[in-house]
Amino acid sequence: MSKIKLIDIAHGRSGDKGDAANVGIIAYDDKGYEIIMKHLTTERVKKHFEGICLGEVERFEMPNIRALNFLLHNTLGGGGTVSLKHDAQGKTLAAALLRMEIEV
Amino acid sequence: MKDKIRIASGSGFWGDLQSIPYQQVTKGPVDYLMMDFLAEVTMSIMQKQKKRNPAAGYAKDLIQIMKEILPSIAEKNIKVVTNGGGANPMGCVEEIVKCAHKLGIKGMKIGVVTGDDILDSLDDLLKRGAGLDNMESGQKISDVKEKLISANVYFGARPIVEVLKKGAQIVITGRTTDTSLTYAPMIHEFKWSWDDWDKLAAGVIAGHILECGGQSSGGNFLGDWKSVPDLAHIGFPIAEAYLNGEFVITKHQNTGGMVSVETVSEQLMYEIGDPTSYITPECIADFTSIKLEQLEKDRVRVYGIKGKPATDLFKVSMAYNDGYTAIGNLTYSWPDALEKAKKADEILRTRLSDLGLKFEEIKTEFLGVNACHGPLAAKQNEINEVVLRIGVRSNHHHDVEAFGKEIAPLILTGPPSVTGFAGGRPKANEVIAYWPALMPKKLVHPKVEIITT
Repeated sequence: MSKIKLIDIAHGRSGDKGDAANVGIIAYDDKGYEIIMKHLTTERVKKHFEGICLGEVERFEMPNIRALNFLLHNTLGGGGTVSLKHDAQGKTLAAALLRMEIEV
Repeated sequence: MKDKIRIASGSGFWGDLQSIPYQQVTKGPVDYLMMDFLAEVTMSIMQKQKKRNPAAGYAKDLIQIMKEILPSIAEKNIKVVTNGGGANPMGCVEEIVKCAHKLGIKGMKIGVVTGDDILDSLDDLLKRGAGLDNMESGQKISDVKEKLISANVYFGARPIVEVLKKGAQIVITGRTTDTSLTYAPMIHEFKWSWDDWDKLAAGVIAGHILECGGQSSGGNFLGDWKSVPDLAHIGFPIAEAYLNGEFVITKHQNTGGMVSVETVSEQLMYEIGDPTSYITPECIADFTSIKLEQLEKDRVRVYGIKGKPATDLFKVSMAYNDGYTAIGNLTYSWPDALEKAKKADEILRTRLSDLGLKFEEIKTEFLGVNACHGPLAAKQNEINEVVLRIGVRSNHHHDVEAFGKEIAPLILTGPPSVTGFAGGRPKANEVIAYWPALMPKKLVHPKVEIITT
């Protein structure tokens, strides 16, 4: 078993969809995609974003570009101009997910 | 009929780099320039401007841009498609006509697409079964109907194709989808049929890659961002589209930025939901069918795209006033920067409470410590400075204004080594809440017109 940082095997982009944030994570290679497929479960991602994501987490697979798309519901403090958050559009949340460390 | 066209992205939002459109039409061959100006709440901001001044309500930047590019597009016969008409496409066209006349450009056709603004016909539409309940929360339209400040249907490529067919060289629209600005030219030039779902979907995906400008050519790139060359002179993406539905994403030579499988992949992920059904007015695109191949430096082939039939519904974007917010910032320095900021927050909250002010929400963040990543942020033993950011929201304008008066006094009556209050009192901003909905397509029709310079 060794620990790897998600940021070393993947990149991504995030943005807003109303009060939900979308977080796209893209693996650099096939092996990386296997790892994120196995370890980035909705439960794990929900736990990672504890205190940030207050709703459900949905996961969608995009094997064609070795990517997973997560929708984090109830995350942006109401979204749009309603939100008082500095990052009201969730632009930095892809980086936040890439902080995760994984045992492989 | 052409078998290849080059569509250049000139703007990713209202306020994007002003130099790009001119660069796109002069630094290399292009057939079309598409420019997106509209985000979710932009229409309501433009609607408000139009209320104050009936001649306003469109992307004003567009007039300066047109001044710069009109001679080149006239000379090279480049077509321009943009939704910068916003809440007042005709007002926008009138200004462009004036520009053209000053430059001596006569006989150029401008296509105008309107009919998306349904604010004044809501009662009638609701009687005819428009629905319009909030598609995300399920809330009833009757809850907000009286407070609405804008209501616009997202039209797709059909009205744009119609004016292109009539010979328009410039197309100015109200609320058309961002992606339609790219795929309408493909449908027009390649004579694709309206039920050729795979090709329509390919056009939509090309549109998704272009609609955020530099975000697919090295901007906001979270991969190896340090490897992106010369972002100061970033080249915006260009879709080299082919008759068979394949396209290549590239950019002009001698510009900065980069186009790679990684930069394009990141843009594909931007603001999407279920990737198997990206719904547009003309088709449903399947993002899981997209194949990417790096052909050479700054050239990425996009192919294999599948689509499905469109739905019977248009998306409608509405906005309403929902109270006020204000944000105050103060900077605290070493020693004990964070401790001071926390103390200031505590003092401020006590004073707000003593004044009897009521807020729906008060939010405190510490910029430099944990504002972006919350509890995930790394713990630091000693930080040099921290920005206390405190925001409030209330339906009462008075309370939000009163909050603004409580920030500066903290400098002389709170914890020490505080600075960063050069901007004056935080002002109460109107909250514009977004109300997405759906309505049957048969209830509303775009209007098109041709104006000749």
